[in-house]
Amino acid sequence: MPLLEMKGICKQFPGVMALDDVCLTLDSGEVLALLGENGAGKSTLVKILSGVYTMDKGQIKINGDIVDIRNVWDAMKLGIGIIHQELNLIPDLTVYENIFLGREKRNSVTKRIDKSYLKQESKKLLNRLGVDIDVERIVKTLSVAEQQMVEIAKVLSMDCRIIIMDEPTDALTTDEVQNLFKVIRALKCEGKGIILISHKIEEIMEIADRVEVLRDGKYIGTKVVAETNTDELIKMMVGRELKEKFPKIKVPVSDVVLEVRNLSVPGLLHDISFELRKGEVLGIAGLVGAGRTELAKTLFGVYKYSGDVFVEGKKLKLTSTSAAIEAGIVYLTEDRKEEGLFLDKSVSYNMTLATLKVFTGLLGKVDTRKEAQTVSDYVQRLRIKTPSISQTVENLSGGNQQKVLVGKWLMTQPKIMILDEPTRGIDVGAKVEIYNLINELKKNGIAIIMISSELPEILGICDRILVMHEGRITGCLEDNEATQEKIMRYAISTGGMYFEAN
Amino acid sequence: MKPTKKRDWSVFLRGMQSVIGLLGLCIVLSILSPRFLKWGNILNVLTQTSLNAVMAIGMTFVILTGGIDLSVGSILAFSGMVTAGMIHSGLNVWIAILIGLVIGTVLGLVNGLSVTKGNVPPFIATLAMMTMARGATLVYSSGRPKSNLGEAFGFLGQGKILSIPVPVIILFFVFIVAYYVLTQTATGRYIYATGSNEKAAKLSGIKTDYIKLLVYAVSGFTAALTGMVVTSMLDSASPTAGTGAELDAIAAVVLGGTSLSGGQGGVVGTIIGALIIGVLNNGLNLLDVSSYYQQLIKGIVILVAVLIDRRRR
Repeated sequence: MPLLEMKGICKQFPGVMALDDVCLTLDSGEVLALLGENGAGKSTLVKILSGVYTMDKGQIKINGDIVDIRNVWDAMKLGIGIIHQELNLIPDLTVYENIFLGREKRNSVTKRIDKSYLKQESKKLLNRLGVDIDVERIVKTLSVAEQQMVEIAKVLSMDCRIIIMDEPTDALTTDEVQNLFKVIRALKCEGKGIILISHKIEEIMEIADRVEVLRDGKYIGTKVVAETNTDELIKMMVGRELKEKFPKIKVPVSDVVLEVRNLSVPGLLHDISFELRKGEVLGIAGLVGAGRTELAKTLFGVYKYSGDVFVEGKKLKLTSTSAAIEAGIVYLTEDRKEEGLFLDKSVSYNMTLATLKVFTGLLGKVDTRKEAQTVSDYVQRLRIKTPSISQTVENLSGGNQQKVLVGKWLMTQPKIMILDEPTRGIDVGAKVEIYNLINELKKNGIAIIMISSELPEILGICDRILVMHEGRITGCLEDNEATQEKIMRYAISTGGMYFEAN
Repeated sequence: MKPTKKRDWSVFLRGMQSVIGLLGLCIVLSILSPRFLKWGNILNVLTQTSLNAVMAIGMTFVILTGGIDLSVGSILAFSGMVTAGMIHSGLNVWIAILIGLVIGTVLGLVNGLSVTKGNVPPFIATLAMMTMARGATLVYSSGRPKSNLGEAFGFLGQGKILSIPVPVIILFFVFIVAYYVLTQTATGRYIYATGSNEKAAKLSGIKTDYIKLLVYAVSGFTAALTGMVVTSMLDSASPTAGTGAELDAIAAVVLGGTSLSGGQGGVVGTIIGALIIGVLNNGLNLLDVSSYYQQLIKGIVILVAVLIDRRRR
């Protein structure tokens, strides 16, 4: 008898069938990976299991008994723990307070919280994870990776039978991922069932026993990891074979569009100089904290800077984002939800917000007919999947949300587009679409700066690559000479001593 | 894909819900009191409501950006008092009114500056203004009302055009302009954008500081406009005028379904909200309910209405 059995699960959201007759089984001591593109329904499925959403139809059995999960508490009582994609910690509380939040051990008479017990238990849990975090630190002072570990410790403390991990490795370094895998293996031995959601197929192949694939809210199939391979899984995910992962095209480069000279922002950027030409994709590589996003935002008029920026030979004063947009520079943010989208507003509202002046007529009235026409054109051109242009963007998948933002910036008819991690949180199929889109922009004479942490992507798409380290440019590579190793050498230290020493 | 214009039913229903509430209230009151549906009484309700409604419209602008304005009651008193003082000193009535309106707008701008340049939370910034403007009113008037303001000024609050009270006509125009700005213009969209996601609005090239200055100025202006009407209606500027008026204005906005966290709602709802409060006040008076009970009942109605709204979301 399986530990967990979900059958015929259906869930509808306004305008979308998020889950349509989906099933899932999980044995104890098993790691099941859920795989699928964004919007395939993975998160929805585990949110139903953990009581965040309630299903419209279907049945859940645990150890053969039908259970009724109406809210998060029901799920907790049944021994289902979830580590969410978005961190759910209270930033102003300490590590140990977070781990035992809502389940504090109290003195039976005075009702005072037994802090020393909580601290001691928290320490034990974190040790088990192989991390060294002071349990009295305030959570907001921790790095994202450390917060992730605290979140995992929190779920471990609940002593769950079923543990769900939603993209747990996104913020972790290679070492931390290996630590996490050690913990997962240990949990397996204790007979826990683990459901793992991940975009990273290599990781799934390493840690999972079985893989279940979802596509567009439907169950596609389940494979035993030992009997399948990456190509087969990708094919199941996207429903077609991906011929070319990086469809790069070459366009003859012409005039310099953007020239940056001795750009500095105190504490963030030091003496940055580079050129960008028409028909070129310039990659910016570097580790987290190297100052890539800060450079992009400076060019978008967010930070005060010293130094000179020229667009088509004309010196600019980038004092605000509107000045940058005016000059033809736009910035596609790495954080769609926080900095890009108006989630409660429509596709149309989101796409035209930066260009409303174009649609404004007599008495400041926005010409909604003209607006709808233009938006529809862009929706078609960018192949945005949405039931209508008045659909709320919250209900679109990550890839389509990204395209909405690309469309918004294209409407401003930019000369230079800065794309900050444009494929983050987007599935394989939609990634290729974004790459094709970049090529198309390139052909249309838009100069592109692409920031990415994925080296294969940088190598596959960019014509030239700048590498940054601690706010400086430490290297510049043509695409034919660039390799992952070279980029990493520049990204890690200025002199390249690191690799030679190794 | 065709550019379709699908009606968003959830938004539509949210609007309808308060309309249904209002109609239900009217039906109950017309059964309980035969005087309720008399033409004279209806005009009376509309006139009373228009005072709160004009101020609540300004408040809607502020709340849509995620802010709040506690100073409207005091701005109402101060601008009314200054205008009354100007009239007493022999200034032309219309210039006196203009000065009153400018004062209200400037005080609103000061609120906006504290919020944007000073980075003071709206609640605190406008709380300070509420106290300051009330203090300034007391200083300027030495705590005494200024009455007998003349017939020309009285027209604003007591006059009628085609047998419709002037305050109602003022409300009508304020509403039309506010509705147009919020739903038809780019500025309106920027106001919603600022409340919905300020970071994203900034990164879309919207000058959110300017938008915030604007909404607080609008709120100051509508408060001063209400101050003119109230002063004219009573033919007297009282230093305690508009005490607690900010709460009625906020109640009207919230009853109308505008979200206090910003980005959602609008002035149609606010008008309905103001009407609910106005009809309730009027009905309870007609039914001779003591003013102590009136407060109690009003509070309960607001709480229940918002609870129902919350449950639906």
